[in-house]
Amino acid sequence: MYPIVRKEILSASVKLFDLKAPLVAAKAKAGQFFILRSDEKGERIPLTIADFDREQGTITAIFQEIGAGTRLLGQLEAGDAVLDVVGPLGVPSEIERFDGPVVVVGGGVGIAPIYPIARALKEAGNRVVSIIGARNKELLFWEEKMAAVSDELIVCTDDGSYGRKGFVTDALKDFYEANKDLQRVWAIGPMPMMRAIANTTRPMGVHTIVSMNPLMMDGTGMCGACRVLVGGETKFACVDGPEFDGHLVDFDLALKRLTIYRDEEKRALAALEHHHEGGRCGCH
Amino acid sequence: MSLKEKIRQEMPCQDPQVRRANFDEVALGYTEEQAVKEAARCIQCKKPKCREGCPVEVLIPDFIKAVAERDFAGAAVKLKEKNALPAICGRVCPQESQCEEKCILGIKSEPVAIGRLERFVADWEMAQGASATEAAPAKGAKVAVIGAGPAGLTCAAELAKLGYAVTVFEALHTAGGVLMYGIPEFRLPKAIVDKEIANLRQLGVELQFNVVIGPSMTVEELMNEQGYAAVFLGTGAGLPNFMGIPGENLCGVFSANEFLTRTNLMKGFRFPEYGTPVKLGRKVAVLGAGNVAMDAARTAVRLGAEEVTIVYRRSDKEMPARAEEIEHAREEGVQFKLLTNPVEIIGDENGWVKAMKCLRYELGEPDASGRRKPVAIPGSEFVMDMDTVIVAIGTGPNPLATKSTAGLELNRRGNIVADEEGRTSIPGVFAGGDIVTGAATVILAMGAGKKAAQAIDAYITAKAAEAAN
Ligand SMILES: Cc1cc2nc3c(=O)[nH]c(=O)nc-3n(C[C@H](O)[C@H](O)[C@H](O)COP(=O)(O)OP(=O)(O)OC[C@H]3O[C@@H](n4cnc5c(N)ncnc54)[C@H](O)[C@@H]3O)c2cc1C
Ligand SMILES: Cc1cc2nc3c(=O)[nH]c(=O)nc-3n(C[C@H](O)[C@H](O)[C@H](O)COP(=O)(O)OP(=O)(O)OC[C@H]3O[C@@H](n4cnc5c(N)ncnc54)[C@H](O)[C@@H]3O)c2cc1C
Ligand code: SF4
Ligand code: SF4
Ligand code: FES
Ligand SMILES: [Mg+2]
Repeated sequence: MYPIVRKEILSASVKLFDLKAPLVAAKAKAGQFFILRSDEKGERIPLTIADFDREQGTITAIFQEIGAGTRLLGQLEAGDAVLDVVGPLGVPSEIERFDGPVVVVGGGVGIAPIYPIARALKEAGNRVVSIIGARNKELLFWEEKMAAVSDELIVCTDDGSYGRKGFVTDALKDFYEANKDLQRVWAIGPMPMMRAIANTTRPMGVHTIVSMNPLMMDGTGMCGACRVLVGGETKFACVDGPEFDGHLVDFDLALKRLTIYRDEEKRALAALEHHHEGGRCGCH
Repeated sequence: MSLKEKIRQEMPCQDPQVRRANFDEVALGYTEEQAVKEAARCIQCKKPKCREGCPVEVLIPDFIKAVAERDFAGAAVKLKEKNALPAICGRVCPQESQCEEKCILGIKSEPVAIGRLERFVADWEMAQGASATEAAPAKGAKVAVIGAGPAGLTCAAELAKLGYAVTVFEALHTAGGVLMYGIPEFRLPKAIVDKEIANLRQLGVELQFNVVIGPSMTVEELMNEQGYAAVFLGTGAGLPNFMGIPGENLCGVFSANEFLTRTNLMKGFRFPEYGTPVKLGRKVAVLGAGNVAMDAARTAVRLGAEEVTIVYRRSDKEMPARAEEIEHAREEGVQFKLLTNPVEIIGDENGWVKAMKCLRYELGEPDASGRRKPVAIPGSEFVMDMDTVIVAIGTGPNPLATKSTAGLELNRRGNIVADEEGRTSIPGVFAGGDIVTGAATVILAMGAGKKAAQAIDAYITAKAAEAAN
């Protein structure tokens, strides 16, 4: 069992857990993820390692409740435990020192996974410019944490309820206009956002890394559910990624593949809602 | 002698029409009367050919003799002298190409049903309750076993019996490897695997799940920092191959590993009570004709697919699956489209599979494997309507553990190079099972695990003697 040592509610649908998982905490690096299973009947849910504390042996996960799996997870409280945690998985981000500014872009819950990358880039001596965005103010989190590891922080909301009104792509374009020596971009968020960032940087010729979040199960290269097409080649995101060159990723295919189990996901959510708020009773 | 039956005893099975809709075991096992009758068919050869066909040289005539004499307990003792997991092997060994192929009775009539007798004895013994195995006095040395498949589990059990403190590190959340995530319940009930794992725990073996050797911990750390005197790598061949044809990333194309793992390990057949969904259309093609393909096809039948077709580029003689599984698949209504191979998977506007373009084949000259090579017939292209494609054309070695171990020699396919006893290029590091041989069989993996345990014992003993001098 892996205890939840701290829970924080970041917004109505976004929660944070600090999980005791010493083995994962000991090895975790920016860009990696882990997989958890809340209980015997639960799915294996991949989540990014948003932070880690090697001394305490804890890792931090931030997740959005979107379907049955994450909703059930969100019902757990500090002091509860999840049944399985495995990681760190995936290839760590390549962190090096660049001769010019680098930009990290985090959209929605993508702010969580972009944080350790920004920190690692900063620690490597880079000039780090962070752009974080969400639909509205309520959905923003970790602004201060991001500011602490950035030379400059730009905050955007789609509806203008906080920071700059507009999309992260607009903020990135403006930054590039003023800083043509932009070296590299990391973008993490919903796939349409990552695609939009990749499309924005393509004409600039700025190398852009995105973190793909396809369907995953084992996370060790055993099932192939996480296939993504990168530069015409099939890759397994869990072991070859999750980071890939955003200019080479086939986003259309990736977006379609996310919908494979949509009918079943709806059924699972309906079954969950049909039950009392306590969660699964297994009466089916 | 006149009492002897010419024909082997039939295996009682669930009716095909009934079992098409459930995940319960298909073959029900011999009754005592059947077992005794079948055992009486064995003529107790002085030079038993059957043993030559068995990779672990089970004392076949000896255990069968005991069955014929109704000494089932004695039969179990004989059987387990060479085979630690008879309940599993009796069910999944390809007997027709191993022990039974060599049985002398097979020349004139039917071979003795060695596998079925093996299963009978193992099940009989389990029904009597667990027999305590006595472990040797503690040796004071620790050994790490990576991977809890048949190779790793057998190696761990042997080492524990020799008195070593053994820890098994497994990437998944449960033990068993392919026995748990690949082979379905209707062929190998998971309760049997669980019993074997409980036995292992009784021997004092520690199981640590959710540890991926490589990213979570390295072999070097296990040996240099955590004090393991030796490491056994039994990480299997779990990396699914795809064909590299257009359309194979469409929605509705799954690897057999994904499909079977969702169903078996994650219990997707009980979705939504269990959270992991399984997706299946009405018309399902399974590519390949090995055990994995048969398991996928028969699982698809049970999940309610209307039409399930095995698509294979050679003929029925070359199909690598166990004969019994092919027969069972046919009885359950699985179709076989042989001498056929897909060249493209065609999608609809939403990115879902809708058809498969195939070529017909004929058999040409024998190839390196001795099987006649399939040759495409020019202009034979045709299209099959399909909404699900399950790819079961083999698996390769998973590189997570091997690539993180500096100095470990691999062959060009990525398999670990190891000698007969499991020794690798690194002293103290041993390997066996599918990670060495490529995808093979349960019994070969077990045999490799057992041999390696003996080699590990010899290695540690010699090192200790050296240190004492
Ligand atoms: C490497 C990686 C890192 C991730 N990191 C985070 C993170 O830090 N925070 C966060 O909120 N989310 C993260 N995700 C996405 C998260 O795993 C999914 O949102 C979650 O699994 C949905 O489960 P569900 O049962 O609640 O939703 P469902 O109702 O089952 O599905 C809703 C949608 O979620 C996606 N999804 C469903 N199952 C999976 C699965 N097994 N793997 C991936 N996506 C799935 C699909 O797009 C699906 O349509 C990450 C995914 C990957 C692959
Ligand atoms: C669907 C299917 C049906 C089959 N049917 C038959 C049959 O009827 N008869 C037969 O004889 N054979 C059959 N086989 C083949 C047989 O199952 C295998 O040959 C056998 O399981 C190999 O055993 P193994 O211990 O080498 O590897 P596996 O059983 O593959 O076990 C390897 C284990 O190592 C773990 N692992 C991998 N990498 C790591 C890592 N880095 N760190 C920690 N753990 C790791 C894996 O999760 C897995 O649990 C079948 C195979 C499949 C897939
Ligand atoms: S272990 Fe397999 S090959 Fe050996 S006797 Fe038993 S069934 Fe036959
Ligand atoms: S070869 Fe056949 S008949 Fe002879 S001992 Fe073996 S099982 Fe019995
Ligand atoms: S999640 Fe199974 S191979 Fe990547
Ligand atoms: Mg889900």
